[in-house]
Amino acid sequence: MVFLGGQVLPGNVGRAILGPFADQRAVDALNHTLGVDRPLLTQYATWIWNFVRGDMGTSYIFRSPVAPFVIDALGNSMKLAAVAFVLVVPIGILGGVVAALNLNRPLDRIISLGGLSVTVLPEFVTGIILILIFGVWLRWLPISAAWPRDAGFFTQLYYLILPSLPLFLVLFGYIARMARSGMIEALDSDYTRTAVLKGLPWRTVIWRHVLRNALLPTITVIATQTGYLIGGLVVIETLFRYQGIGSLIFTAARGKDFPMLESGILTIGIVYAVATLAADFLYSVLNPRIRLGSDQ
Amino acid sequence: MSAVQTSSPTPDDTRQRGPLAEVLFSLLRSGTFLTGLVIVLFWVGCAIFGEHFAPYDPLADDIINALAPPSAEHWFGTDQIGRDVFSRVIVGSRDILTVAPLATLLATVAGTALGLITGYFRGIVDDVVSRILEAFMAIPVVIVALLAIVALGTSKTTVIVVIGLSFAPIIARTVRSAVLAERELDYVAAAQLRHESALHTMFVEILPNVIPPILVETTVRLGYAIFAVATLSFMGFGIQPPSPDWGLSISSNYGMIGGGFWWTVLFDALAIASLVIGVNLAADGVHGALND
Repeated sequence: MVFLGGQVLPGNVGRAILGPFADQRAVDALNHTLGVDRPLLTQYATWIWNFVRGDMGTSYIFRSPVAPFVIDALGNSMKLAAVAFVLVVPIGILGGVVAALNLNRPLDRIISLGGLSVTVLPEFVTGIILILIFGVWLRWLPISAAWPRDAGFFTQLYYLILPSLPLFLVLFGYIARMARSGMIEALDSDYTRTAVLKGLPWRTVIWRHVLRNALLPTITVIATQTGYLIGGLVVIETLFRYQGIGSLIFTAARGKDFPMLESGILTIGIVYAVATLAADFLYSVLNPRIRLGSDQ
Repeated sequence: MSAVQTSSPTPDDTRQRGPLAEVLFSLLRSGTFLTGLVIVLFWVGCAIFGEHFAPYDPLADDIINALAPPSAEHWFGTDQIGRDVFSRVIVGSRDILTVAPLATLLATVAGTALGLITGYFRGIVDDVVSRILEAFMAIPVVIVALLAIVALGTSKTTVIVVIGLSFAPIIARTVRSAVLAERELDYVAAAQLRHESALHTMFVEILPNVIPPILVETTVRLGYAIFAVATLSFMGFGIQPPSPDWGLSISSNYGMIGGGFWWTVLFDALAIASLVIGVNLAADGVHGALND
C-alpha cells in the first residue's frame, strides 16, 4: 500500500518509479512522455489552477454563489461523459483487438482508416451530421439534450445518446489505435509464443496473456483523453444546448462572468487531475512490475 | 495513378538519388498522400480563385429567396437571409486556410526553438521549461482560447496566437526528443570542440538534422489547427461575421435544423470534414515517406 501511495503521489517519486518501466517501451516516444511525466504535470496543473482561482465567489451575472451552478453543471457533464465512456471504452478496445487479430486484412483496414477519419473531425461537424441523420431525417432521436423535467433514468439516457456520439467518434479512433498497437506488440512477444507452444487454447492465450499486457498503454490513453473530452464537452454542450460544465464555461466566457469562469475551469482541472491519478492507480494494479520496481 | 506507377524507379535509380529526391519520390507514390494533396489543393484553389467562379456573391442577401432548398438555380440552397450556400461554401475556405497555416507556422517556429533549447542544454533549463510546457499541454485548447479571447478580444490574430502557442509545446516535445538523440553524435562534439557558440551548434548543426520529425509534426499539427480554428469559429470565438467561414456559417444556421433546413449546415460540415481528412491523409503520407 505504501508503494502504491508513493507511485500515485504526483511528483518526482512517481517519475522515478515509472521511469524504468517507461524506458522499456521507449520505442514510442509519445507514450514515454505521457507515462513518465503525467504525475508532475497534474501537480503543476493543479498548482497553477489554485493560483489562478482565488475563491469560488459570487457570479457577476446571477448574483448568487457560483458553487451550486458549477456542481449542477458538473453532474450533467458527468452523465454525458459517462454515457460516452461506457460506449467507447469497450467498443474502442474491441475494435482495436479485432483489427490486430485481423492484421492487414480488410477488416483491419476498415477499422483503422475509419477510426482515423472520425477521430480527426471536429465534434461539431460530426455532431451536425449525426443530428441531421438521426434527428432531422430519421427522427429517431431528439436533437436537443434538454430532457423534460422529472425525466427518469432511461429518458435521460435516450436524450444523451445523440450528444455522446460525436465524443464517441473522436475517442474511438484513439482508443482503437492504442489497443491495436498494444495487441500487435503483445501478440508478437515471447510470452505469447511460449503460451501457444505450451499448448494452451488460443482463447486462453488471448484472454490471459495477450489482452492483459496489450491494454496497459490503452489505459494511459483513455486517461489522457479526459482532458480532450473536456474540450469536446464545451462544443457538444453548446451544440445540443445541454446545461453542463462546458456550456457553463462558454456562457461565463461570453458574459465575462469571471468567478463562474474561473471556478468552472478549476473544477475541470481537478477532474482532470483525479482522472490522471485514477489511471496511474489502475495502471499499477494491472502491472505488478511497477510495485516490484519500487520495492528495491 | 498509372502515370505515377510507370515512372516508379528501378532499384538502380534509387541508389543515385539524394535523400530529398528519395522522400519526394516515395511521397508521389503514396496514394494516401496524393489523395490528401488533391483535396487540400482543391480547397486552396477555392480560397484563392473562389470569388471568380462562385455563381453568386457570397455576401449578397436576397430575403425573398431566403431558405430556398437546393435547386438548379441555387445548387446548395440559400440561407436564412437568402445568401447562396454554394458560393459561401467555396469562398468560406479562405479564412480558415489563412488562419490555420499561420497558427501552425507560429507553433512550428516557437516549438522548434523551445525544443532545440531544452534538448540541447538539458539539465535545469530543460526541467523548468519542460514542466511549464507540460502545464500548458494539460489545458484543452478550447479552454485556453476562451480565456485568451475573454482577455484579448476576438480577432484573427488572437486565434492565430492562441492556437500557435497551444501547439508549440507539442512540437517542442517532438523536437526535444529528436535533439536529445542528435546531440550525442560526433558532429555535435566536433562543433563544440571548434568552440562554436551554442546558438550556432543548435541552429546550424543540429537543426538541419531534425527537420524530418519537425515536418511530420507540422503537417499533423496543421490538421489539428484546422480542427481548432473551425471549432473556435463555431463557438463564435474565431473568425467573425460576415465572413462565409464554414464553422461560423454552421453556428449561425444550426439553430434552425429542427425545421428541416439541412442544406444550410450540411455542406459546410462536409467541407470542413473533407479539408480535415485531406490534411490528415497528406500528413499520414508525409509521415510514411519520412519514416521509411
